[in-house]
Amino acid sequence: MTYTKRPDGRKFDEPRKMEAKVGIIKRADGSAMFKMGDTIAIAAVYGPRELHPRFLQNPERGTLRCVYDMLSFSVPDRKRPGPSRRGTEISMVTENSLLSVVNLDQFPNAVVDVFINITQANAGTRCAGINAAVMALADAGIPMRDLVSAISVGKVGDKVVCDLDKDEEDYEEGSTDIPVAIVPRTGEVILLQLDGSIKKEELKEALKMAKKTCDDIYKIQKKALKKAYQEFQNE
Amino acid sequence: MGEIKVKDKEIVVPGQELATGMDFLPGGAAFREGEKIIASQLGLISVRGKVIRLIPLTGKYVPKVGDIIIGRIIDMNFNGWVVDIGCSYDAVLSIRSVQEYVERDDDLTKYYSFNDIVVTKITKITRSKLIDLTTKGPGLMKLVGGNIIEVTPSKVPRVIGKQGSMIDMIKKMTNCRITVGQNGRVWIQGDIKNTLIATKAIRKIERESHTPGLTDKIKELLEKETKK
Amino acid sequence: MSENYILDLIKQDSRIDGRKLKEFRKPVKIETGISKNAEGSAKATIGETEVIAGIKLSLGEPYPDNPDEGTIMVTSELLPMASEEFESGPPGKQAIELARIIDRGIRESKALDFKKLCIKKGELIWLVFIDIYPINDAGNLIDASALATVAALKEVKFPKLEKNKIKYGELTKDKLPLTKIPITCTLVKIGDKILVDPNSEEEQVIDARLSVAVCGNKINAMQKGGIEGLSFKEIDEMMDIAFEKEKELRKAIQ
Repeated sequence: MTYTKRPDGRKFDEPRKMEAKVGIIKRADGSAMFKMGDTIAIAAVYGPRELHPRFLQNPERGTLRCVYDMLSFSVPDRKRPGPSRRGTEISMVTENSLLSVVNLDQFPNAVVDVFINITQANAGTRCAGINAAVMALADAGIPMRDLVSAISVGKVGDKVVCDLDKDEEDYEEGSTDIPVAIVPRTGEVILLQLDGSIKKEELKEALKMAKKTCDDIYKIQKKALKKAYQEFQNE
Repeated sequence: MGEIKVKDKEIVVPGQELATGMDFLPGGAAFREGEKIIASQLGLISVRGKVIRLIPLTGKYVPKVGDIIIGRIIDMNFNGWVVDIGCSYDAVLSIRSVQEYVERDDDLTKYYSFNDIVVTKITKITRSKLIDLTTKGPGLMKLVGGNIIEVTPSKVPRVIGKQGSMIDMIKKMTNCRITVGQNGRVWIQGDIKNTLIATKAIRKIERESHTPGLTDKIKELLEKETKK
Repeated sequence: MSENYILDLIKQDSRIDGRKLKEFRKPVKIETGISKNAEGSAKATIGETEVIAGIKLSLGEPYPDNPDEGTIMVTSELLPMASEEFESGPPGKQAIELARIIDRGIRESKALDFKKLCIKKGELIWLVFIDIYPINDAGNLIDASALATVAALKEVKFPKLEKNKIKYGELTKDKLPLTKIPITCTLVKIGDKILVDPNSEEEQVIDARLSVAVCGNKINAMQKGGIEGLSFKEIDEMMDIAFEKEKELRKAIQ
């Protein structure tokens, strides 16, 4: 059961082609798109704004709320519109990842809302969502100690690979999916999930791969953010 | 000796390392983390000697005591008026803080009614973001008629220009009355054509706020549009 | 924006963005191929308003009263991402009304030949799911949604069928039996003036609204909204404008 060749011809440690854009939803306070291969995530941020109902307010610092969902036609089998258990879990882990970098001390009783939607899905949607959301937060001017970069790594057959696509996730002879989110400046891992079966050594190799790819993703995010504000620099 | 890692006028992203070393000082939206100075927001760098200042380029208006702002009356209660000032929190204009003498049981709409636009000053901000306003003072008043547009608060200084040069030029060439609030709200009153021209000029300043020769560009636009 | 200012302008046949009363924002455009996993998808842009519509095909049983006809199911979700006014949760009145206006525009114009969506009479039909998502609400979601919907329907290619099972991802060359393309135009009354394509500020001061789906020289669906009434004369004028604007909007679809 050797896995010799990836369906799209990528090297084992090679992510799919990535693209990022900031400021895609005019009405929102901040917004961004992140694309990895055929997976496209869009994110919008509203706030800080007053949080209602009142009993949800925190007088010490602002609250972050995150909602992840997929458009019904983003997947081959139509997803019923509206919340799902899967979406609720991903919303939570995404919220936790973003919470570890935002600083809402200056916004007691207020809320920052993050909305992530997947318009086209081909695996790795939560990572694409986090990458888009963190750019949208920066675009909204939310204070943060750093950005976040996320990628899914894992094992397909007997090989450790970077950025699994849907075919690889569904690989018949076994596939392990490990979404990872990293704080670029410090290298802390703030999201780590795993489904499948993998040895400790292989996991270490996969995490190393994740770090390397996240460094590249960070560069793409940074470039997209700067590009959106470039007009200021031409003095 | 420390080392500076960014250039003056560079755009930086949150988390970006701006300098290392205790001899540099963070300003604006930059903060110190051990030996390092880090950006906390998306913004523009200004290096002045040893101070590395980060000016945010986006984000909601952050209220400061003493700011003169344009607010909108959204509600009333026993103490006075609730005012939307375009930040994350509503502010309060108490009946004791207005120019007029108001009796406790007066109908408050006699003075300021729903959706009225007021030029006010921030007098107090508490830790939990209760914001007090006043209309006592020169230039503070209700604005009647006209239109309000919103610009990014960090661009307000550009809209005003050095010693008010930019806004004075727009006022003069469009014959509009214009008031700019620190919160990014701009009130414009004039005839239809001129209001649209003034709006166009302010939007252009907002978009191209840091490009060279901005005053000339705006002058050109105003000349062209007013002659049409 | 001050409401009084908007009203004052309209009284003088003028608008806050400098448009004429019967002028659409620019651009009016369509982008297709938004999601590879949809059998058809499109994004409609009117000014800053953006709406995505996607089509998924599925198999089902026909209704007993129409045993030889396939059908459509239209859903819209007002994503909180598109406006600070929208909230997460089950579809509210506005989302349901939007979906039903679009549904009737397609259904009543007979734009889709439902009979050709029947695979086996009384047993198996194609179900056409039309899902509509506003991405940025800057006003006039109805017209933008209608435009995105017909553009997406036009793009649809049937997936492969094998032993009465759909093989998603494998598309045939067959297109939907789309016989015509209805166009929806929404007219609004503010004061005693009639406008097209209201932006979100203008929507705050609307007295009455009339959405008209037209195709060729026929009117296929109408929906009145708002509190104020409309006179026969006003309705007449609104229909004329809808027919006039139809040509303009149709250009975006090609």
